[in-house]
Amino acid sequence: MTDNKIRKVLVLGSGALKIGEAGEFDYSGSQALKALREEGIETVLINPNIATVQTSEGVADHIYFLPVTPFFVEKVIAKERPDGILLAFGGQTALNCGVDLYHDGVFDKYGVKVLGTPVQSIIDTEDREIFVEKLNEIDVKTIDSEACENIDEALAAADRLGYPVILRAAYALGGLGSGFCDDADQLRRLAEKAFAFSPQVLVEKSLKGWKEIEYEVVRDRFDNCITVCNMENFDPLGIHTGESIVVAPSQTLTNSEYHKLRELSIRIARHIGIVGECNVQFALCPDSEDYRVIEVNARLSRSSALASKATGYPLAFVAAKLALGNGLFDIKNSVTKDTTAFFEPALDYVVCKIPRWDLGKFRGVNRELESSMKSVGEVMAIGRTFEEAIQKGLRMIGQGMHGFVDNKELTVDDVDHALRAPTDKRIFVIEKAFDQGYDIDRIHELTKIDKWFLHKLKKIHDTDRELHRHNGLEELPEALLRRAKREGFSDFQIARAIGLEKDLEMEAASSAVREHRKKLGILPVVKQIDTLAGEFPAQTNYLYLTYGGETHDIDYERDGKSVVVLGSGAYRIGSSVEFDWCGVQALNTIRKEGWHSVMINYNPETVSTDYDICDRLYFDELSYERVLDILDLETPHGVVVSTGGQIPNNLALRLDACGVPLLGTSAKSIDNAEDREKFSAMLGRIGVDQPEWSALTSMEDIDKFVEKVGFPVLVRPSYVLSGAAMNVCTSPDQLERFLTMAANVSKKHPVVVSQFLENAKEVEMDAVAQNGEIIAYAISEHVEYAGVHSGDATIQFPPQKLYVETARRIKKISKQIARELNISGPFNIQYLARENDIKVIECNLRASRSFPFVSKVLKTNFIEMATRIMLGLPVERPDKSVFDLDYVGVKASQFSFQRLQKADPKLGVDMVSTGEVGCLGEDSRRALLTSMLSVGLRVPEKNILLSTGNGKSKGDMLRAARLLRDNGFNIYATCGTSRHLAENGIENTCVYWPDQEGTPQVLDLLHNHDIDLVVNIPRNNTDAELTNGYRVRRTAIDLNIPLITNARLASAFIYAFLDVNPDEIEIKSWEEF
Amino acid sequence: MKRATLVLDDGTRYEGYSFGHDSSVSGEVVFNTAMTGYPESLTDPSYAGQIMTLTYPLAGNYGVPPRQETPDGLQRFTESDRIHAAGLIVCDYSEKYSHWNADRSLADWLREENIPAITGIDTRALTKHLREKGVVSGRILVEDTPEPAAANYAEINFVEKVSPDSVTRFNEGKGLKKVVLVDCGAKYNIIRCLADRGVEVIRVPWDYDFNTLDFDALFLSNGPGNPETCAATVENIRKFISNPDERRPLMGICLGHQLLAKAAGASIYKLKYGHRSHNQPARLDNDTRCFVTSQNHGYAVDADTLPANWKQWFHNMNDGSNEGIIHTSRPWRSVQFHPEACGGPVDTEFLFDNFINDVKNA
Repeated sequence: MTDNKIRKVLVLGSGALKIGEAGEFDYSGSQALKALREEGIETVLINPNIATVQTSEGVADHIYFLPVTPFFVEKVIAKERPDGILLAFGGQTALNCGVDLYHDGVFDKYGVKVLGTPVQSIIDTEDREIFVEKLNEIDVKTIDSEACENIDEALAAADRLGYPVILRAAYALGGLGSGFCDDADQLRRLAEKAFAFSPQVLVEKSLKGWKEIEYEVVRDRFDNCITVCNMENFDPLGIHTGESIVVAPSQTLTNSEYHKLRELSIRIARHIGIVGECNVQFALCPDSEDYRVIEVNARLSRSSALASKATGYPLAFVAAKLALGNGLFDIKNSVTKDTTAFFEPALDYVVCKIPRWDLGKFRGVNRELESSMKSVGEVMAIGRTFEEAIQKGLRMIGQGMHGFVDNKELTVDDVDHALRAPTDKRIFVIEKAFDQGYDIDRIHELTKIDKWFLHKLKKIHDTDRELHRHNGLEELPEALLRRAKREGFSDFQIARAIGLEKDLEMEAASSAVREHRKKLGILPVVKQIDTLAGEFPAQTNYLYLTYGGETHDIDYERDGKSVVVLGSGAYRIGSSVEFDWCGVQALNTIRKEGWHSVMINYNPETVSTDYDICDRLYFDELSYERVLDILDLETPHGVVVSTGGQIPNNLALRLDACGVPLLGTSAKSIDNAEDREKFSAMLGRIGVDQPEWSALTSMEDIDKFVEKVGFPVLVRPSYVLSGAAMNVCTSPDQLERFLTMAANVSKKHPVVVSQFLENAKEVEMDAVAQNGEIIAYAISEHVEYAGVHSGDATIQFPPQKLYVETARRIKKISKQIARELNISGPFNIQYLARENDIKVIECNLRASRSFPFVSKVLKTNFIEMATRIMLGLPVERPDKSVFDLDYVGVKASQFSFQRLQKADPKLGVDMVSTGEVGCLGEDSRRALLTSMLSVGLRVPEKNILLSTGNGKSKGDMLRAARLLRDNGFNIYATCGTSRHLAENGIENTCVYWPDQEGTPQVLDLLHNHDIDLVVNIPRNNTDAELTNGYRVRRTAIDLNIPLITNARLASAFIYAFLDVNPDEIEIKSWEEF
Repeated sequence: MKRATLVLDDGTRYEGYSFGHDSSVSGEVVFNTAMTGYPESLTDPSYAGQIMTLTYPLAGNYGVPPRQETPDGLQRFTESDRIHAAGLIVCDYSEKYSHWNADRSLADWLREENIPAITGIDTRALTKHLREKGVVSGRILVEDTPEPAAANYAEINFVEKVSPDSVTRFNEGKGLKKVVLVDCGAKYNIIRCLADRGVEVIRVPWDYDFNTLDFDALFLSNGPGNPETCAATVENIRKFISNPDERRPLMGICLGHQLLAKAAGASIYKLKYGHRSHNQPARLDNDTRCFVTSQNHGYAVDADTLPANWKQWFHNMNDGSNEGIIHTSRPWRSVQFHPEACGGPVDTEFLFDNFINDVKNA
């Protein structure tokens, strides 16, 4: 039934992961590419996100690491001449780009057919006025709203509708630039920001407190239509669905409500003319069947990825097949492999999605949840009771919570307020409220959360109270223990509730509960997700564990041929799609070598949780308890803990202690690298230098240490990924302020203070070793000096400005460390280099963030090699010529400050970026320019604002400033910078800080959009700087003006765009380098 | 909560707790994969004699709507005036409910109507058991209650038990076209779907010889049990369709579909475990159009045995079983699925429109 003229198809990716557009599009793009390949179609992919699975060998035929912008996409079209293009699989980025290309006539010009939903339909859903008109035509109710093109119109509209109103930016992803306004002042402020992103805003009547329900709709070109899944937000309307706990299927809807909204969804999909997939969001009145359509996304979305994982129905795969002209009746259900894809999944479990926030990393950020998105990742928990699913989910989030109850005490000053104005802690505030005796009605009144959810939470709370009445395991009634497990209590929670903590370390206490319940035969069972609630047998092993059942769904071979890979959990700052890539590569290798590949992970945005990527997928917790539950059943040949980032790495010691066969580097070696004392001792032994450090337990000791090494110092707690709560202190004042504010120093919580080297280069060694011998390695170099977290830094590979001697020494030290720790598998070492003085910062005996980047630049799959080593298979040392590249890769970071209202958009030792890209070029300037354009920077046209910080960075920027002037750019500079430039003969216009008198005022220039690029180098942490610099940085972000805050990166970018015109960048696919 | 046990006739046992009426019951154990709509399912007369397993684990979340009679004497929110299922099996009963239109809990309602129910069951394991072994009889045994008599589902005429005793007319005296509805256990929504489209509905008992009445079209309802027990209805239908001059429209649903097929001469067989769900895919024969349908049946029409003047209209896309038949020259057709939904998707409600158009244009 497909269109035979389509032989080659271009797929647009979504670029770097950012808040509102993350890993889900790697999953949907990968699925689309798989569907295309199955149809024998040649595929071309544009996506600069080098860490994704979709940009791996064998997924697409031709891969371009280029920005997904009309400019570059047109060039690729001109070169590749595809017959068709898919716009629906790369999020809002791909969609917007596609709409632009359509308006520019590019598709007509090159004869490219837009496959799937027609562009006009997309436009119909994105333009509010057309959208409302369209829905009126079919008698579907939308929220009263008015489209406005300037602030005055918006104010007038709000007056007509009546406050509170909600403001939305058209053509924006994840609710960017939207929010609630109680009055004209708030509206004015928000509207200004929104107009910076969008030519149109919508002012609509607020329906705060209504239920929010979503449907995922699939339609083929024969007008067959199904809804694959509906989902209900735990939080009522007012909180962006990306910020809300979401359950599937809906829990509080009657048949009549469910099918009313379902029928509306289908009516809409038909009328708009969707071919493929769309998502319809509804507001449903909590006191009647009244409803409003909130919006329609005519593309794959975060919700569709979630729905795919929640039901086992591969939406993106099916949507791609439909785009090619297939009918739903042509496609098989990919779980049963027998029944048809034209059906609606029946679930026999409940799914709970919970967002993961990292707001703690951002100075000044507004923590209240709103109608725009701030979360950086999500988890999905599956259970046979709601209690089980939500408690699992709250643990999966990975922020130290053990479930709904038995967490560390949360301090809430004003519970009423905290219930009314939810933050990222919202659900724990509910528990606090129960504790303080709030009843369901009161909490409902304050939160508007449906009472059904509150009753369920109360039940968990009550069970916990009951557990607390029992002292120790002997006193604990078996029935109560069973009930607690059914309600999702972990062994840890039970141990704490019955007071085992008094006599035992928590790890031992949890193990005691585990042993006790195993003796009683209280064990979880494995259930399959089969899309049909047991009506037909499933041919795939998409599994979860539950206490809501008695028998396992699958039989185990127990042939010792399974290899378990531990996944990386929720995406968060510091751990995201790169580890998914690593996990998938490990699974591929395991399968290829004839073992059963098994994955444990719970992140619905990933490819590793696609049930056909491995032989058995456990969509479940990566906790010690759950991993052991699974290993007890699997009795595997071995477990891979080195491809999933820090979560599996942290489990290594405990798993090893109970006899789990870990593959690769031993748990003891992992501990020797993770434990600072042991690692230092080892470095000392082999004569390798590192910055001086000490773990200190009192202010006195800290002062003494600082006296010895001098300021600045780096202060941090140990054993954390990407240095949460890490800070550089330059003065005693600062040090004291930081320590009293951010950490409490005590015997139990020592603080690690280390010497901080300024103006040192940071160099990364990513490598794979076998029995202590390095087999392959990649040395890469940060563009920024040390002080910018390696996850935020711009990295070039191969290094361009590293002394040969430095590289040689780094190789030598790495060899020594590999030998000393007897490494077998992937590892990463970070170095500081000043002149040829080399110091080791840290060493991770696992794959690092940069593994996909260096693997793809080198075209040598480090994870495949590492996995072979872990499986005990022979590997060949790559030929020396492999390391001799005549091109450069540059990895640049993507920041999401636009979404994090009020956060200070500057870089430091704590990681704040949410994603990355990696681009290739014939030289470093081309590669750097392409990657910077890929993360949203634009080449400035005319006017550049410089405020270049302290003397050192002022000096660093001088050459770049002169070049700008020589190339005819207008330089605006804040006072100190202006003077410095003038002294050096660089003509510029002086502008004034917000706290200075005089014109032009820097903020005015920004608000008038007179500036094309802002370079603001934070000087120090004085209050004046914080206020002035912060306001400039924040304004730039809010008004969508490109901002760079690092002198070395700013210079590199300026050199690059002055030297290379984007038009001259040669359009080369990965394989052509 | 009292302890309760589900015992299947093949000896399999599942332990749980009683949450409905504290009594024991026997019946045919079936599973339903719908995720919503327990008030509709429980009151669907087609479930008479059956113990219903809900595969969706959470039950009772939105409570039960109030008893509210519409002017025509039907219940507004349910599919009949009482629970017809013999018992209910769930995994996780939700003691607390929340909904604006609920006035009591599912447990309260079950107790009011003397229907036993069991929670805490591994309903997935049970469903897989039924899928592999086929439907079996079973008993819900609640501790300290008397054992029920054994059930013999296939032998009992459940239609007789659920069908009305007398003729009732809806929309009477308005000069509308008259549709005879043979009520073998009709869901109220069939009556609503007909009456709302502006016809007079003459509801007659299952064995009533409607051929004696003055009417413009014939409608055969759904109903419980083994179609073999409805010989009287089949005979009346046969009279109707064997009249060579008969041109009046006819439509059947579910059991009505099976009875029509039997009257036409086709044979019926029992499915291993039936179709009871809201997600059954039905496709128009020789066409690209597909529909998601609501279903509840344990028997099916063997389309290969249809006589020459009848042909298959729809088929099930999962297992290929028959989903509808249509006459080659008369306005007569029937479907195995439930176009009236309630619960389930409303995608095929247009079949009522088509039927009523035929009636009005006849």
